[in-house]
Amino acid sequence: MNIARRTFLKLTGGAGALAAAFAAGLVAGGQAWAATWNKAGFESKALADVMKSLGAASAAESKDIAITAPDIAENGAVVPVAVTSKLPNTQQISIVVEKNPFPLAATFDIAGGSEGYVSARIKMGQTSDVWAVVKADGKYYTARKEVKITVGGCG
Amino acid sequence: MPNTRGGLAAVLLAFLAAWGAVPVLAQSDDPLGVGRKMLAEDNPGELWIERGKALFHQKRGPKGVSLEQCDFGQGPGKLEGATVRLPRYFPDTNKVQDLESRLLSCMVQLQGFNRDDIVKRAISPAGSDGSDVEALALYITSRSNGMKMDVSLSHQKEYDMYKAGEYLFYRRSGQTDFACVQCHGEANRRIRLQDLIHMTDKKGVQEVVSTWPAYRGAHFTVRTMQWRLYDCFWQMRLPELKYASDTSIALITYLHYQGNGAVIGVPGFKR
Amino acid sequence: MAEPMKIRATLQGDVADVRILMMHPMETGQRKDAKGEIVPLHFIQSVVVTHNGKTVLDTQWSQAVSRNPFLGLRIKGAKPGDKIGVTWTDNKGDKRTDEATVAPPS
Repeated sequence: MNIARRTFLKLTGGAGALAAAFAAGLVAGGQAWAATWNKAGFESKALADVMKSLGAASAAESKDIAITAPDIAENGAVVPVAVTSKLPNTQQISIVVEKNPFPLAATFDIAGGSEGYVSARIKMGQTSDVWAVVKADGKYYTARKEVKITVGGCG
Repeated sequence: MPNTRGGLAAVLLAFLAAWGAVPVLAQSDDPLGVGRKMLAEDNPGELWIERGKALFHQKRGPKGVSLEQCDFGQGPGKLEGATVRLPRYFPDTNKVQDLESRLLSCMVQLQGFNRDDIVKRAISPAGSDGSDVEALALYITSRSNGMKMDVSLSHQKEYDMYKAGEYLFYRRSGQTDFACVQCHGEANRRIRLQDLIHMTDKKGVQEVVSTWPAYRGAHFTVRTMQWRLYDCFWQMRLPELKYASDTSIALITYLHYQGNGAVIGVPGFKR
Repeated sequence: MAEPMKIRATLQGDVADVRILMMHPMETGQRKDAKGEIVPLHFIQSVVVTHNGKTVLDTQWSQAVSRNPFLGLRIKGAKPGDKIGVTWTDNKGDKRTDEATVAPPS
């Protein structure tokens, strides 16, 4: 039973409550993130706001970004997504699910010797475009791919 | 998953066309395959193997003893290659037992656990991190990874169990008048978008017997063959299949024997 | 509470293909438990990967990352025996660090 998907679909605009939860969850005492957690970005509910928070409001589409993900995912709670960026000097990759209540799913800062490649599994509430937002050489680029979410049958 | 490409692809293409979408040609041949492959390559179920191993060696239960002296058919504590010969007849219990019922016996006899208590928790609730039995069953089965299913029916009781399982597989029962064979007796069958493994085909049944216990994606935990059969019975609206019952062991004996030769590879990854 | 991760690092040329499996509920704060009560928000917010002690990947996650999360990355200039370190930190302040070494090419 796909509980995560159900609850995502049931999510109403409880932004106030969720923001409070975020604030409560982010116990400030003694935690040093290597990178500051992008509260504004993770709390944005619209794709445009997420892009703005990432600094990617005027990002251009790039064919040098490949998104590997299923056309159809059997289980919206576990959707595998991999992003490969061939852009030189790739510094950051973000995965954004347009139709999720909070579209920004993850941001990966590529330091040192890591290649422009990340693979993760994300929750999707419904069929949606999955965006990859890549920062390379100080500029922003995007790519996107639609992933359809289904409900399984037996078992 | 079996090759259901023809039928499934046709349905999905119609499905996608109805949505007004143009299917990506590269994936249209096996639309669910890309996702399944990506998930199976890195299976969270593997984390349960370590957990099962720790539980196996840990002194537990009222008697404060580990499972190291448990005999799964090859002698006390010998795990390598043990599950490929299960179910089998055990002289000490005078019964044919599958992995989980044998595990139950050892947890009761060696460790002093109460049988009813184990049965109550063996199948963990959805959303939990799994039971001790599920982790143990996975660990013990993983010790046969790479080996071939090799069930023998040399003992009369083993043969009787096999025949009983065969009978159950084909017998129509209950309010839906279903038998296992109706869903699993033909190629290219499915319920909504779930493939139904063709289990009267050698390759199909081999795939079944070599991939349990498995990580059930939607449950976020490891599930066993006993759970799988219990859930099938529920799907068929049959009376509850009791954990480690003779009915369950009969069906497992039948399926494992039919799947002889299958190369064990656990944990499997299921939706 | 924090369960050990499973880290695999295999070499393809001089690039280490690193795959990490973690056990974590990644609760969205929207799910109800069997009693009908909301299970509170509980998710990994940060994952840092190091190569021989140097940070190579620094991630920020939301609760939209799947339960029992997976992370895959590729590290350039890796050699057999190199140390890969992974540390996750969640919104409750729980942490877990595990290490693995890069396996020689098969």
